Amino acid sequence: MDNSTGTGIGARVRRKEDHRFITGKGNYTDDINLPKQTYAYFVRSPHAHATIKSINTAKAKKMPGVVGIFTGDDIANDKLGGLICGWMIHSKDGSPMKAGPHPVLAQGKVRYVGDHVALVVAETREQAKAAAAAVSVGYVALPHVVDVADAMGAKAAIHDVAPDNRVFNWSIGDEGATDAAFRNAAHVTKIDLVNNRLIPNAMEPRAAIGSYDTGSESYTLYTTSQNPHVARLVISAFHGLAPEHKLRVIAPDVGGGFGSKIFIYAEEVACVWASKHIGGRPIKWTAERSESFLADAHGRDHVTHAELATDSNGRITGLKVHTKAAMGAYLSTFASCVPTYLYATLLSGQYNIPNIYAEVDAIYTNTAPVDAYRGAGRPEATYVVERIVETAARELKMDPAEFRRMNFVTQFPHQTPVIMCYDAGDYAAALDKALEIADVKGFADRKSAAARSGKLRGLGYSAYIEACGIAPSAAIGSLGAGVGLWESAEVRVNPVGTVEVLTGSHSHGQGHETTFAQLVSDRLGIDINNVAIVHGDTDKVQFGMGTYGSRSGAVGMTAISKALDKIEAKAKRVAAAVMEASADDVEFKNGTFTVKGTDKKMAFGEVALSAYVAHKFNSAEIEPGLKEAAFHDPSNFVFPAGVHICEVEIDTDTGVTDVVNYTAVDDFGNIINPMIVEGQVHGGIVQGIGQALAEGCVYDKQSGQLLTGSYMDYQMPRAANVPNFNLAFTCTPCPSNPLGMKGCGEAGAIASPAAVMNAVTDALDVRDVPMPATPHVVWKMLQPMKKAAE
Amino acid sequence: MPAITMKVNGQAVCGDVEGRTLLVEFLRDKLGLTGTHVGCDTSQCGACVVHVDGKAVKSCTALAISCADSEVTTIEGLARNGKLHPMQEAFREHHGLQCGFCTPGMIMAAVDIVKRKGKKLDEDTIRHELEGNICRCTGYQNIVAAVKAGAASM
Repeated sequence: MDNSTGTGIGARVRRKEDHRFITGKGNYTDDINLPKQTYAYFVRSPHAHATIKSINTAKAKKMPGVVGIFTGDDIANDKLGGLICGWMIHSKDGSPMKAGPHPVLAQGKVRYVGDHVALVVAETREQAKAAAAAVSVGYVALPHVVDVADAMGAKAAIHDVAPDNRVFNWSIGDEGATDAAFRNAAHVTKIDLVNNRLIPNAMEPRAAIGSYDTGSESYTLYTTSQNPHVARLVISAFHGLAPEHKLRVIAPDVGGGFGSKIFIYAEEVACVWASKHIGGRPIKWTAERSESFLADAHGRDHVTHAELATDSNGRITGLKVHTKAAMGAYLSTFASCVPTYLYATLLSGQYNIPNIYAEVDAIYTNTAPVDAYRGAGRPEATYVVERIVETAARELKMDPAEFRRMNFVTQFPHQTPVIMCYDAGDYAAALDKALEIADVKGFADRKSAAARSGKLRGLGYSAYIEACGIAPSAAIGSLGAGVGLWESAEVRVNPVGTVEVLTGSHSHGQGHETTFAQLVSDRLGIDINNVAIVHGDTDKVQFGMGTYGSRSGAVGMTAISKALDKIEAKAKRVAAAVMEASADDVEFKNGTFTVKGTDKKMAFGEVALSAYVAHKFNSAEIEPGLKEAAFHDPSNFVFPAGVHICEVEIDTDTGVTDVVNYTAVDDFGNIINPMIVEGQVHGGIVQGIGQALAEGCVYDKQSGQLLTGSYMDYQMPRAANVPNFNLAFTCTPCPSNPLGMKGCGEAGAIASPAAVMNAVTDALDVRDVPMPATPHVVWKMLQPMKKAAE
Repeated sequence: MPAITMKVNGQAVCGDVEGRTLLVEFLRDKLGLTGTHVGCDTSQCGACVVHVDGKAVKSCTALAISCADSEVTTIEGLARNGKLHPMQEAFREHHGLQCGFCTPGMIMAAVDIVKRKGKKLDEDTIRHELEGNICRCTGYQNIVAAVKAGAASM
């Protein structure tokens, strides 16, 4: 396999989609304008928790340009269904999760600052905004609670169905066996961790244009979605807006998602619904960044206590975890599966841990909803496992790398005590490579040199595992999922031999137009420029599950691969008929069909044309045309894994932590385009460094206001905050898909917070430093140490 | 509403604007030049960077009326005669973009950096100079590589 040139699998092909982006010709939702378009602005709650006594729109309705103002009453009158959570979790006692109502516009109560109260539609953005300010809402404030640690049983009862604010109390693993392991342990390591709340911040704010065609009586919604078909399904089946054939959802170019654009939000639904009520005129809404901060689903927000049992040889014998997971004020689309099946099932990490028991309390807080954010549960799991493993090694005075190595899973398949069955991996190989690239041997010298200039150096490891390509559908259905997680593909070969692939995956930065075309080019032996990837429009692609959880390679491309198998089989039959041979004797290689033992051959394009003109075969035996579809439902998750090593240097005068060296060795199985995969890893690592050192969502306890509501207050990583990274790959091909692919989109964000914080705690020689370890946090920790040293 | 004239990407344009109309709104809404993006409301992210009279400006923070009679270059005007600008070429070559949303601002800012700092840029300078541009996808490594290479070939 040539992996440096060409356009096939393994080649660093420059991206086909880039031309439009670098020339300003991208087509994002806010770039689209429809005839007679109006503009939306939302009246939002200024209270964390309050009863709505009145909404007076009379004055606002008289303002210039106002076309319509809608409130929760209009939603109720129209019987528009509320927002749903699509994964049913049952508590330990068997009771179903307590899902409170989540109306598209508030009905009687608001539950977080930014909650959507009314929709104002006007001729211009400015007019809508001015009229929104004139809507008078009478609130009676209620007690509120914003911290997950305090929320259970707090005075603020956020939903009537959950008087103690607990959504569910879920568990996994064998509690009795785990307790026994702890009774017999030689050593127990205990740790308390906070996984800080993050705000996703895709650079393109959410946007929507909803319109209703009075002639065809059908709706169209342009929206910033990672999964337009799921959006259509939910808006159709649960909100009850219109049947699916009367609702088209288009997700054009989307400027980053990171999970936050998976979910079906109130604003998008409100815009498409309200269009019918203003005579079908399109309604455009584009979030201001401050609205993104307030009302995009946030990520993480866990408070965890964990204990790790080891025997006298340093072998891990048990892990016990209790986590309080914030859900925010409402259950977002997939919120419930994140701190459960995407989190606790990964608590075995890369280790052979015979006994694991985890309990999770999911808790309402008066904050924006919390849902999947890059990694979704798996960064939280990795943070617990890798922080406690590192802490145990330090307590046992063992080398953290060797402590990990002696506990690694080495035999595959490996069944963990928490559902997952790891199919393939070589964790020691990644560790060895990482140790070498990071020059861990030279660390002691670098630490001494840093000390001489008054700096503290630390080294931290993170040996992560993740599960992506969530599947098979029947298995996740049994765990409570409301959807199947297969993917679809349709391959259309045109008469001239060019190819269009319609995929249910959606690209919002991942480069599918390139990597998917590489697969087709490789398989059919055609020029990559003769392949077009079509996605993001429910009128073009029949159905699909979208892109998240690093699934589009392992699941989406496998669906394409299966459709290509069918194309090849059909094309062979056509070629056989034309060349007057048996289909069994036709071979296909490098874009040419040949007949075994003869010099007969046909190019792929010739066969395509033959399929469409249908002159040379019996149409009763072979249907004309060359178009095939496939749905692929994987037989297992895929399990990317790797070892990241982070080296930091802390300035003791300022508390500033510099990441001075970062090595990532990842096993993603077979790689289609290393250039794109490296880019995914870079981006993921920086999101994780952001979590560790800079980003933290803060709600004020007293007022319930979001204090980190702009880029002035919420620190996004910038170019000068991060270094270049040293990347390398190992490869154990995934056995559950024909391409041997795993997933690479989230690995960086999963691995890096633990690697950074293990390095920071090593540098400071302390057990824990809270994330984000901002200069202020570190400086404060340094002061008593400095005093003690004086 | 006052009418203003401006030269945008080499072409004379005119339009009525309100006093409060931002340059980015004039470009996007009146001229249909949607390559310039709005990523925030606090002048932090840099997705809206264009050149006004040869200097990089955040078009979300400039009033259209204050740019009357100026020469404005947006991402759409960077390529000349169908040939990409070396900085555009470098972003593609070095995979300096993923979702593409911050990219126009990044490229416009990068061209400005070269104008001010010269063609031989070291990595620290580039990282420091990109302080006003946020990218959530790339982790910056490939953007820095692209700016370095793009600068050298300008």
